[in-house]
Amino acid sequence: MESIKTLNKKRSGPVLFSEYKLGEGVKKALELGRENILFELKGSGLKGRGGAGFPTATKWMLTAASNSDKKFIVCNADEGEPGTFKDRVLLLEYPELVFEGMIIAGYTIGAKNGILYLRGEYEYMLKSLEDYLESLREDNLLGNTILGKKDFNFDINIRLGSGAYVCGEETALIESLEGYRGEPRNRPPYPVNTGYLGHPTVVNNVETLASVPHILLKGGDWFRKHGTDKSTGSKLFSVSGDCEKPGVYELPWGTSINELLELVGAKNTKAVQVGGASGMCLPKSQFHRVLGYEDVATGGSIMIFNESRNMLKVLKNFMKFFVEESCGQCTPCRIGNTKLLEAVEKIEKDDFTFLYINNLKELGRTMQVASKCGLGQSSPNSFISILENFKEEIFGSKGKGRKNG
Amino acid sequence: MVKRENERIPVSQQAHIVDKPKDLTTIGGTISVQINEKKITVPLGTTILEACQLNQIHIPTLCHHPDLCIAGVCRVCVVDVEGMRTLQTACSFPITSPIKISTSTQMVRKARRHIIDLLLSEHYGECYSCFRNGNCELQNLAKEYGVDNYTFGHVETPRYEVDNSSAAVIRDMNKCVLCKRCVRTCIDLQEVGVLEAINRGHETHVGTFLDKPLADVVCINCGQCINRCPTAALRANDPSDEIWAAIDDPKKHVVIQTAPSPRAAIGEEFGIEPGKSFTGELNTALRRIGFDRVFDTNFTADLTIMEEGTELLTRLKKALVDKDQSVKLPQFTSCSPGWVKYIEHFYPEFLDYLSSAKSPQQMFGALIKTFYAQEAKIDPVDIITVALMPCAAKKFECNRPEMVDSGFKDVDYGLTTREMAKMIREAGIFLPEMPKSQFDDPFGDASGAGLIFGATGGVMEAALRTAYELVTGREVPFKNLIIEPCRGFEGVKQASVKLENCVEQYKFLEGVDLKFVVAHGTANAKIVMEMLKKGELNDVHFVEIMACPGGCLGGGGQPIPTSAEIRAKRAEAIYEEEASLPIRKSHENPHVNYIYEKFLTDGPCGKLSHKLLHTHYTKRGKYIS
Repeated sequence: MESIKTLNKKRSGPVLFSEYKLGEGVKKALELGRENILFELKGSGLKGRGGAGFPTATKWMLTAASNSDKKFIVCNADEGEPGTFKDRVLLLEYPELVFEGMIIAGYTIGAKNGILYLRGEYEYMLKSLEDYLESLREDNLLGNTILGKKDFNFDINIRLGSGAYVCGEETALIESLEGYRGEPRNRPPYPVNTGYLGHPTVVNNVETLASVPHILLKGGDWFRKHGTDKSTGSKLFSVSGDCEKPGVYELPWGTSINELLELVGAKNTKAVQVGGASGMCLPKSQFHRVLGYEDVATGGSIMIFNESRNMLKVLKNFMKFFVEESCGQCTPCRIGNTKLLEAVEKIEKDDFTFLYINNLKELGRTMQVASKCGLGQSSPNSFISILENFKEEIFGSKGKGRKNG
Repeated sequence: MVKRENERIPVSQQAHIVDKPKDLTTIGGTISVQINEKKITVPLGTTILEACQLNQIHIPTLCHHPDLCIAGVCRVCVVDVEGMRTLQTACSFPITSPIKISTSTQMVRKARRHIIDLLLSEHYGECYSCFRNGNCELQNLAKEYGVDNYTFGHVETPRYEVDNSSAAVIRDMNKCVLCKRCVRTCIDLQEVGVLEAINRGHETHVGTFLDKPLADVVCINCGQCINRCPTAALRANDPSDEIWAAIDDPKKHVVIQTAPSPRAAIGEEFGIEPGKSFTGELNTALRRIGFDRVFDTNFTADLTIMEEGTELLTRLKKALVDKDQSVKLPQFTSCSPGWVKYIEHFYPEFLDYLSSAKSPQQMFGALIKTFYAQEAKIDPVDIITVALMPCAAKKFECNRPEMVDSGFKDVDYGLTTREMAKMIREAGIFLPEMPKSQFDDPFGDASGAGLIFGATGGVMEAALRTAYELVTGREVPFKNLIIEPCRGFEGVKQASVKLENCVEQYKFLEGVDLKFVVAHGTANAKIVMEMLKKGELNDVHFVEIMACPGGCLGGGGQPIPTSAEIRAKRAEAIYEEEASLPIRKSHENPHVNYIYEKFLTDGPCGKLSHKLLHTHYTKRGKYIS
């Protein structure tokens, strides 16, 4: 276990991987009161770290405003995006940040229950996290009258996922929590209105919640100082692939791909897949682009491919992943992904026309707008970006002299 | 604002997420939206699909069904909502703010076409060799969107083995488009829960527990899934080839009994609007096809009333006079084979509450091969009995091993309304243009009481007409014999009739408030059974349950499509015909009296009745090895 930690945490940053003393965040939150917490949070400009980038303060406010007698705060620790392992480091090394983030969220929105939805493959952490929760109960950071605050009762329990990628999608996660097939729901209604068991529910990523205690302690303005205008604060990046120092890096938003590649010791880099399998694949010509919601948005997965890699194989791997991991509910995602994979296989065999490939790119665009959830909406991203950005490599001599070519 | 109608249904699958305001005149009661440049006002929470339907804007749908909760999975109904990053499904999107909707932008049209192409690519569709040819929603969509080639390929060899293990329902997953209407029918509408999506991604398919054959799971054969399947993935087990063979065999004497519901719906198969009965026309058509005798199942419906009514009065006497604690009350009806299998699987400990009377279909079968064979001097070996039923479960029922009380298989084949229509078409007959004719003797035309068995509450109404009159010597105290509390489509109905001034034989019932409950659809049956479990039915005497929503007229063998509206029209047709009949009480049916005089001479629930007209049940339970 110790080795996983040291192997992974590669660079500390100003926010998450900085000094923190247990209980400070919750204490500060109780001093501030709900309005001020929301004020600081709004001031910080914190956006969801899972990838979608929804403003956290807005999500909390919507839930806080609903006058339901039961509300829930769910921490999404179903870290399933290929190439992402930052939440694992947070949960192993900074569980206090994550849990205090949940406690603060619970206090702010008026929830009594928090649920940590832990990825099935992280079962090995379950015992230590349970023990940690027990110690928080002993410290009166969980339970009744937390830190002496009258009527503030909150507790957290941990639920294990069963290995479906789609359960990282918040509504599928909620279905899974309720004991149903992990399938995304129709939205609207959104979980902030109708979430777990029909009650208003905040679902936040591990990293989002872990940022909250620091923001409250040091202020929204301090957080804003890091990063860019539209992407405030710092971000954990899970870096893997062809580089000397893979691992988890805390970097301010606005870092360019080039800077990041240099930092991790990547050489002869041909392509960088930003945002995991559902993200975009950038060629060398775009390495000047910066990481941030305004340019290259990501939940933190960075996969580096050097010149020796075959991009078609990379794409095939991603598409196989989606064919298997689609929940199978909606047509564009269930069948669309198999068609995209078929296309990759046909390109491999040099058995295609460009008309066919263009048809499939069009299909990909339909999937982006017509799929039920983020999985199907983002699964064609790598198909479209790899085929467009690595045209020369993939098609090269292929498909020449064909009709409709 | 948030409504959870049923704790069991996932929130995503609930029909209406936003409560529509009761008073539309209040502020916020309605909302103005713009659909394709047209400004309209709708109640808050109306879905885009509903708003479009109200304004004659056509939106294609596939997974949407008016009887079922919303799924939003096929994505065919996507529309553009201004300001939203992605397209939205019209079926699931509740209008809660003044949005601008476009229903046929280039992006929308392209997306729909892509989705249809994708569905076709996985659908093993050989339209001309498919029983849904001409009545297939996928085919219609392909037509609507002018699909003239398989953009994304086409399945040419079947992937799944056809499951024809069940006597009632055949599943061909090669034709499934995963709209999950069957799943929602089975889990949410009927609360049986045999079908569910299995596996993930490209391996997703609708299956049973451990992918077992349908015959080996707790399927009750109601066939409601068939009625709601947009394609031919689900169909009834069709015996028409065997029936044709019997008709073509000169040695065989083929008789058919027709239930009340098919005649009220079969016109739909010939393009007639729902709500018109074709009783007389059907009789002629059946004779022209070659059936040797055409009998009215309503005759045994009348007989059921006599048997089941007598059984009830006997139970009441034992309970009230003899103070026999072992008598089970309320007595439950047993005409619906779907319901019978439901209780056998899910509430086997309550089988004693079920009337031992057979369903009208099975009573008739037993009588045809005994009484009728005698009267007509035909060797029962040469008689083939066919039952035209609105029902899929009847196919299972006639194959129950115990249904051989005549010494032969009492009913040889159960035929659905759809299959009958097919045979009529095959014979080159256009049903609506047939001249009318009567049913054959010795069973003749039955009473109206038998006819209304087709609608939920009908058995109860018929039973009350007879029981009340037997007990008090007077007609039921309802105008024109119409017992209103038994009518209508409310899920569970409860009412009572006070028995006063009883005749001598039934003095023990003096002053008793005869309480009854009527439920239709097994989801409502479940509610009733849970009430029974909790002892909430202790003062109830008689319960009617039909497995299908709306009763038999909404049966799993009836014409496709179905909806609450269509079922209401079929009910109207039945009640209208009933009101015009000369005899409307079972005990006044002269043919019924004749059979008790000539054949079942020891009367209702007598020895011969018990042999031929009553049955026993099997404790099946939920676990089948």
